[in-house]
Amino acid sequence: MTTTVDPKTIDTPAGMTATIPDTVKRERLGHRVTQWAVTKAEWIKLRSVRSNLIGVAAAAVVLVLLGMLFAALGDSGQGPGGAGGPGGTATDSLSLIFGGMTLSQLIIGVLGALFVASEYTSGLIRTMFGAVGRRTLVLRAKAIVFGGATWLVMTIGGFAAFFAGNAVYSGSFATYSIGEPGVLRAVLAVGFYGGCVALIGIALGFLLRSTASAIGVLVGMLMLAPVLVGLLPGPLSDTLTKILPSKAGDAMMSVASPDNLLSPGLGFLVLVIWVVGLLGTAAVTLRRRDA
Amino acid sequence: MIKVTSLTKRYGDTLAVDDLSFTVRPGIVTGFLGPNGAGKSTTMRMILGLDNPSHGCATVNGRPLAEQPAPLTELGALLEAKAIHPQRSARNHLRALAATTGISDRRVDEVLNLVGLGEVADRPAGAFSLGMGQRLGIASALLGDPETVMLDEPVNGLDPEGILWIRNLLKDLAGEGRTVFVSSHLMSEMALTAEHFIIIGRGRLIADVSDTELAAMGSDRRVLVRTPNGERLRQVLAADGVQVAGDGERPDVFHVTGLDSDAIGRRSVEAGIELHELTPQHESLESIFMELTQDAVQYHASGARTAHPSATIREAA
Repeated sequence: MTTTVDPKTIDTPAGMTATIPDTVKRERLGHRVTQWAVTKAEWIKLRSVRSNLIGVAAAAVVLVLLGMLFAALGDSGQGPGGAGGPGGTATDSLSLIFGGMTLSQLIIGVLGALFVASEYTSGLIRTMFGAVGRRTLVLRAKAIVFGGATWLVMTIGGFAAFFAGNAVYSGSFATYSIGEPGVLRAVLAVGFYGGCVALIGIALGFLLRSTASAIGVLVGMLMLAPVLVGLLPGPLSDTLTKILPSKAGDAMMSVASPDNLLSPGLGFLVLVIWVVGLLGTAAVTLRRRDA
Repeated sequence: MIKVTSLTKRYGDTLAVDDLSFTVRPGIVTGFLGPNGAGKSTTMRMILGLDNPSHGCATVNGRPLAEQPAPLTELGALLEAKAIHPQRSARNHLRALAATTGISDRRVDEVLNLVGLGEVADRPAGAFSLGMGQRLGIASALLGDPETVMLDEPVNGLDPEGILWIRNLLKDLAGEGRTVFVSSHLMSEMALTAEHFIIIGRGRLIADVSDTELAAMGSDRRVLVRTPNGERLRQVLAADGVQVAGDGERPDVFHVTGLDSDAIGRRSVEAGIELHELTPQHESLESIFMELTQDAVQYHASGARTAHPSATIREAA
């Protein structure tokens, strides 16, 4: 197959000699394609585009800065906990401190969708598929790299927002210290939810293959769905709202566990089902469809 | 080596590729020709494993490409020009691609220099011209030092210098014993590089021939004869199916159809006709190509669609 055979010298009928290479003489380059190797390739891709790095960092910075802002304004009714605010779920200081997640999740989800869909637009994804053969290797690599990076950065962001927010908070809600029951879990949930939104973005990118539609569906899912579901009749609306990915995330990030959210454990489960379901569907269609 | 066996691709009611079988052999440049929309790109995408065939299969060096343990070292492909992230440098683009197969950064530098992008390797690829983008695409195709190279319309949009460069590169690659498979809708371009031609139209094989075989497929076989005894020539050659036409401009030049130059020469000697020139007229490969594919062209210049979608393509061959 790839053996190196010396060119044979043969006599042509005309009596001249010509060299006809039997098999091309080639260097043996590289090794077989593995999940690890494809993951490394995606890591190089992620960090070699500055807007990716800036974007992920921005998601964490936004979380911290907005958290501080909401915490500082908490009592004046201007934060997301205020009457009619977009979050509407601020029942304690923590939901103010993590209020920046509303924007951070959009940044993360959009970056995830772009990380995939922009390669469909340029054609780079097809170069990758040609190079690795099994396409799901690319999906898993992108999920590992971008999901992992986001999870790590947002975990740091979660802790930073918690401590910075607490420091500036002076409102009437109870404040928490990191050692109290459920608080560490809520803080860690910030990174986990961030990673999950990243994976949702990746899955939508593979499913929809166009930046515009992937971003559209993502925004619809995270921002519009809670509003639209809220228009449905009472009991139905309450149940459906709870199992939306953004509300499942809220459930994990809250300590007070208000009635309009699932318990943190159920929230975790629902979020995992969303992510696994979307990534699984993306993997199946990726294998079946023409690239 | 690329082997395609009764490859078929159906999109709804349309057969984009219809029962196509051919083998692309190593050591020569093989041109893959057909009018726009003939199914060249679809065929190449199936060879690359991007599109699943509706029927049949395509193998590269003995196995479907996607089943090869390291596809990059078997087949280097260029399908889309500028399949790059505009903010990523050429070097990082190639490093990422190389990483999938564990190819070293040293090899990345090597191919960058080979295609002449060494100087601009660290600049964002979005600023590249079409020609530079095409060179980067070729660099990625050569990254794994593959046995087989497959390029889709590589000279599209290139300047004359770039076209010359690609032409020489293809010949060099073939000279090293590689399989080189290049698509084009321009026969004039392929005639200068390819030694073998696979011509398709409307997804079906029209011809799978060497350059000399193709040249012999021209329907128009005229022989130019220059003689001061034109009238004698007419009398001697007159027979069923033999036509002797004057040239119009030069009174001593005649175009003979229906006899080859050997026969004309022999009869002229027998009849004692003085000949000043006897030249078989070769049709250009381009006009032969046009003839072969005229039934398969989807849209004619008038914009009218050919009457019968599945018209008599094979008859043209």
